[in-house]
Amino acid sequence: MNLSQISPAAPEITLTLMICVVLLADLFVPQEKRVITFWLSIASLAVTAWVIVVTASSATTLAFDGSYVSDPLSRLMKLCATGIVGVGFLYARDYLQQNDLLKGEYYLLGLFGLLGMMIMMSANSLLTMYLGLETLSLSLYALVAFERESAKAAESAMKYFVLGAIASGALLYGISWVYGVTGTLHFHEIAEVIRQNPGLNDVPLWFGIAFMIVGIAFKFGAVPFHMWLPDVYQGARSPVTLYIATAPKIAALALLFRILVDGLGELHGVWQGMIMVVAVLSLLIGNIVAIAQSNIKRMLGYSAIAHVGFILLAVFTGSETGYAAALFYTLTYIVMAAGAFGMVILLSRQGFEAEAIRDFKGLNARNPWFALMMLFFMFGMAGVPPWVGFIAKLNVINAVLEAGFPGLAVLMVLASVVGAYYYLRVIWYMYFDAPEDRSVFQSQADTRFVLSLNGIAVLALGILPGWLLKLCIDVIGHS
Amino acid sequence: MIGLQHYLTMSAILFTLSVAGIFINRRNLILLLMCIELMLLAVNFNFIAFSRYLGDETGQVFVFFILTVAAAEAAIGLAILVVLFRNRRSINVQELDSMKG
Repeated sequence: MNLSQISPAAPEITLTLMICVVLLADLFVPQEKRVITFWLSIASLAVTAWVIVVTASSATTLAFDGSYVSDPLSRLMKLCATGIVGVGFLYARDYLQQNDLLKGEYYLLGLFGLLGMMIMMSANSLLTMYLGLETLSLSLYALVAFERESAKAAESAMKYFVLGAIASGALLYGISWVYGVTGTLHFHEIAEVIRQNPGLNDVPLWFGIAFMIVGIAFKFGAVPFHMWLPDVYQGARSPVTLYIATAPKIAALALLFRILVDGLGELHGVWQGMIMVVAVLSLLIGNIVAIAQSNIKRMLGYSAIAHVGFILLAVFTGSETGYAAALFYTLTYIVMAAGAFGMVILLSRQGFEAEAIRDFKGLNARNPWFALMMLFFMFGMAGVPPWVGFIAKLNVINAVLEAGFPGLAVLMVLASVVGAYYYLRVIWYMYFDAPEDRSVFQSQADTRFVLSLNGIAVLALGILPGWLLKLCIDVIGHS
Repeated sequence: MIGLQHYLTMSAILFTLSVAGIFINRRNLILLLMCIELMLLAVNFNFIAFSRYLGDETGQVFVFFILTVAAAEAAIGLAILVVLFRNRRSINVQELDSMKG
């Protein structure tokens, strides 16, 4: 065993080492200088991102006897996840400080979660995938409950834990059946076995696939397995919600890609129907129930369910165009979600959580610039041109039309129109209502700067989407 | 003679029992945690049966990983349970309904 055999895993190894450093340093940092932990975490992310970029090549390399893969797709996902986690950490800093929650746990659990996500993105066997998924999930459960005095947080953590554990159980049960039928856990070997024995395409294998899809849908938060999502979004502190709403979505997409496309791509006809039912239900229920919400975190939760419907429909097509559209949609959605929750955090202050939609009333009179940024995020999510959400939705609809499902395309357009209502309501409150409280924002200059950049990115990506789109198509074609 | 199908049936029964336990039980969160453990054990049963049937050790290795993760999961679950109890003085499932929308 020499070093070159484990070098494809260099980003994960670097991140693990850096987590150890942060973990130790956090012990010796006095409470009033806790911000050091924050800067160390940001440094860890920067080093990890640097390692990902330095070790990047267009080649696909396997490690650990084929249970680990480093390909362009995993590297793009890892880079985006690292970046978005860093942005989330920055937005969280002032909020945690004001609420006496800056204790190091948030950043450490966030880094451990990122490690789990990176393992999922590079997994090439069902065992590696499971271990990455659990590393992520266990960090998230603890992260939701990390404010010990809050009954609401504890309640939502418990719901998240129980439903997440059921999801892991269902996924594992499906894995055991697929293992029993194919006799292997590696994705490319599973694909090979299925290709060589068409007779395998039978009830036990379908049974396994159905259970795995239940598990994946749970992790995505797709209807009918979405019960945990609105409660967790609402019950967790806003920085935690921001974390859960962004990077884990890329990890869930990696889970879907690796298992269903890399491993079971040959059986596209079997899982296509199941994915379609879940996606259509998510699209309808997410958009319709979101209208009734008065809590913005809960509303964004239901909107996330609707966005997951779009992502799943793009994967459902089974074409490379569809996969690229799903990747583009996920990457751009998390940028908008990070911004929207960043605004919720910006409006909050000591002892006050700006979680009702009416807290956004008259934002334009209080601060025109950040009202404009919120408008960017809302228009982006609603899919208004020229913001990036429009291009993302257009790509998915294109892929679905190409695959020959005009009915679904019409449904997606109608669902987007319904969805536009609740995003526009926030904009209406901001611009045409009188403000209820006139307090000034308490966040520091760097947070404001990054949040502004985040808003401008939503517009800029919408005007110049070509390079990211090409990148998505390239990495999908390479893997 | 006990064959593969007997083991699989046994595991399916255990799995169904655990899922039913989770959804029917409306009283006690500890019972819920026990059902989750049972669910993972049912999966282990399946893995070992398949591993023995196929003559391939990978399934048994997977079982060790599941056991380890299940221990970590139980630790996190019980920790959340303690936090919940300290805040609400109750572990009744039916009372977990403070969020509506």
